[in-house]
Amino acid sequence: MSAMTAPAPATNGPLVVLDGVHTYYGKSHILHGVSLTVERGEVVGLLGRNGVGKSTTLKTIMGLVQPRQGRVALEGNVIAGQAPHKLARRGIGYVPEDRRIFRFLSVMENLRTGLDRAGMTPQRRQALLDKVFAFFPVLAERRGQAGGTLSGGEQQMLAIARAMMLEPKIILLDEPTEGLMPRMVSQIRNIIELLHNEGVAILLVEQNVPLTLAASQRIYIMEKGAVRHHCAASEIDVHDPVIKQYLGV
Amino acid sequence: MTTAPLDKGTALKELPLGKSGLSHTAVYWIGFCAVMAALIAAPFALPPFWLRFLTEVLIWGLLAMSSDLLIGYTGMISFGHSAFFGLGMYGAAGALLIVSPPNLWLAIVFGLLGAAGAALFVAFFSTRLRDIYFAITTLIFSQIFYVIIFTWTAVTGGENGLIFTRPHFTIPFLVNARFTATTLHWFVLAVVAGSYLILRRVTQSPFGMVLQSIRENEPRTRAIGYAVERYKMVSVMLSGLFAGLAGVLYAVQNEFAAPDFVYFLTSGDTVIFNVLGGIGTLVGPIVGAGFFQLARQLLAQWFGDQFPYLIPLGIVFVAVIIFLPQGILGFARRWLNR
Amino acid sequence: MGTIGTFLHAIPLDLIIIQTVNGIVAGMILALIASGLTLIFGIMDVVNFAHGELFMLGAYMGFVVFVATGSFWLALIGASLIVAILGAALQIVALRPLIGRDPLNTILATFGISLVLQNYALWQFGPVVRKIPEPISAEFTLFYLQYPWYRILITVLSAAIIGGFWLYLKYGRLGVWIRATAQDRVMAQAMGIPVPLVYTGVFAIGAAMAAASGVLFAPMVGVSHTMGLDWVLKAFIVVVVGGMGNFLGSIVAAIFISLLEAYATIWLDPSQAVIVSFVVLILTLLFRPTGLFVATPR
Repeated sequence: MSAMTAPAPATNGPLVVLDGVHTYYGKSHILHGVSLTVERGEVVGLLGRNGVGKSTTLKTIMGLVQPRQGRVALEGNVIAGQAPHKLARRGIGYVPEDRRIFRFLSVMENLRTGLDRAGMTPQRRQALLDKVFAFFPVLAERRGQAGGTLSGGEQQMLAIARAMMLEPKIILLDEPTEGLMPRMVSQIRNIIELLHNEGVAILLVEQNVPLTLAASQRIYIMEKGAVRHHCAASEIDVHDPVIKQYLGV
Repeated sequence: MTTAPLDKGTALKELPLGKSGLSHTAVYWIGFCAVMAALIAAPFALPPFWLRFLTEVLIWGLLAMSSDLLIGYTGMISFGHSAFFGLGMYGAAGALLIVSPPNLWLAIVFGLLGAAGAALFVAFFSTRLRDIYFAITTLIFSQIFYVIIFTWTAVTGGENGLIFTRPHFTIPFLVNARFTATTLHWFVLAVVAGSYLILRRVTQSPFGMVLQSIRENEPRTRAIGYAVERYKMVSVMLSGLFAGLAGVLYAVQNEFAAPDFVYFLTSGDTVIFNVLGGIGTLVGPIVGAGFFQLARQLLAQWFGDQFPYLIPLGIVFVAVIIFLPQGILGFARRWLNR
Repeated sequence: MGTIGTFLHAIPLDLIIIQTVNGIVAGMILALIASGLTLIFGIMDVVNFAHGELFMLGAYMGFVVFVATGSFWLALIGASLIVAILGAALQIVALRPLIGRDPLNTILATFGISLVLQNYALWQFGPVVRKIPEPISAEFTLFYLQYPWYRILITVLSAAIIGGFWLYLKYGRLGVWIRATAQDRVMAQAMGIPVPLVYTGVFAIGAAMAAASGVLFAPMVGVSHTMGLDWVLKAFIVVVVGGMGNFLGSIVAAIFISLLEAYATIWLDPSQAVIVSFVVLILTLLFRPTGLFVATPR
């Protein structure tokens, strides 16, 4: 549970590596040899239509599904097969599609699920809470309220804040803007930038192309369970034929 | 329970030929006949104690088989079979005590009626409940019957139960003979084998297919349009009837009825037979019953009567659930159901 | 008006009060047993058939510790700890492998465990009923009875244990973990909560509650290997009537049913009074199957 038991990170390599990962749900073959990397502190976008396996990729990294084949590594150490709670403590934060905040727990208790860790002195706890409440003032206001009573946008913020409680090295963000008003979308954009400035890597799964291109350094595009295209975000824009090919209606 | 996916098409496809060139049907019936032959010949090969033991195993096997209809085919775990078994036993006892000379067929009828009554009661309340709730309420209901039988001393003999004499085997105008150990064994065998064949027919019929569909995916089955509650009720009734029949046979064989058999532990034993032998196979539970009783008997013989045989057997049971959920015959499940 | 008056006169008021007290005493013990069951079911989705046996073993362990130390309170604490550890061990060995499988597997597994535990107790301690004496033998006068203070004590203690645990669930660190795990097991894991450990802990706590009630109740009824059987059924009825997984509901149901049974014994034989709980169950299943005391029937 503490930093002492985690294996020493391999220096200089990418933070997260997927190599030829095949994942199945029962008999359904969802990921057909997915390969991608995320460097330390980088924002990487993962684009693709519905059902191509983007969420499954995130779940594989988080250990919520086990790959049948292929390599998943965090800081050079293979993590496939490890329990999700261990990976969370090793520094992977997960913000799922549909947020999945603990509805019957208060905002503060939601945060506590990540905050109550070994090695968290009262000072560190307070500092972390202060930082997160500075990011999300509205959560400070609502800290005693039950999670289920928050609005959609507030729940999204709580989900991200909760992941931040783990002081993660990378946050897996699954469609954070889904179902949110445009005003909230730009707020998400700001949050991603703030996190990036903090040095947290982000693997961003999104259907919102402009947001993804603006926020990421590199992007991958998936189709039918595999990566089909990979480039720097600056090399491509919304009207690129590649975008139309893999994401067009 | 991990269950194999339902394969509705099998009944319709042509049966493939086995490696030896024989069709599945042929192999199955040859096997069946071989087993029957061995069981028929048993009285000539076994000493009296073991013959009686075998006969009793067959009766427990029938009880376990009836339970398999619910657990293995409909997907409902029931702890209520002690009630059906017990009421079958007491019903038969009633017939044998009230009517003189005691009549075998009347005993069967009374026993089946008693069991049917219990089954109706259980079915009415329980079939609306799913899974865990159903299991718990069947447990509680079997205890209700236990309490009634235990306290209604005037009718049921209370704690001491009822004692009666074994009826003769009679076919009007043709036969009137006392049962010997051998003929009783054959009679029990005939009833159990007949029940097996009937149940097999039922599970392979369209009705049986719906039951299995309920087991696999109840909401789906309901969505398709089947009146799931009704199928469940019929399943409980059928299961209860055969359990009651086992109770009648037990009464006839042992000439007494006791409330112990209505205690929910009997239901527990039944479930153990099912799980050990393999649910969803009909034959598996009989094997499970045999295995359990044999182990129990051997442990008593080797270590003495006071040996708590349920400790090792209980551990085996839990281990089977964890490591071998299909049970002893589970591997043959699809084969046995074709 | 006259008939009502005659009817009221016919009911012995002092008997009613005595039975109310008895009902609440029995109800609190039942509540303690049932809340352990509810906890385990509500958090882990496990129907713990072995709960009655944990209650029984708690009483036996209490007896053993009492014989060794002469202190009732050490017996209470010691038994709870021993059974908590036993419960944790059982969960790790037999129930963890079954996580994710059809929940009926756990019913069967816990049933198997209950058989083993029961027969172990019979084998180890024999059929003789053991006695743990009450820690306080003072009595007070309740109408025409000498009523033992001890019974009031166990009522208060049971309530304290339940209340203490409820507070811990609400405010303690493990409490947040437990509630998060109960609501969303997968997300709890993604938040770094060691869910397998939480499950083991919950089972251990439930076992400890069962054991504590065993020790508390032992001076009243004596310790025997069939204790568990008698109570587990009632506990299950309470859990169903209270609404499965509903902590508060099971407590209310326990007291409700115990009160009804206590009143019933004014007119009925005790062995027939159990019918009351059966009737309540049947009515609940007929009209409010999700539980009599559930706030909004789902």
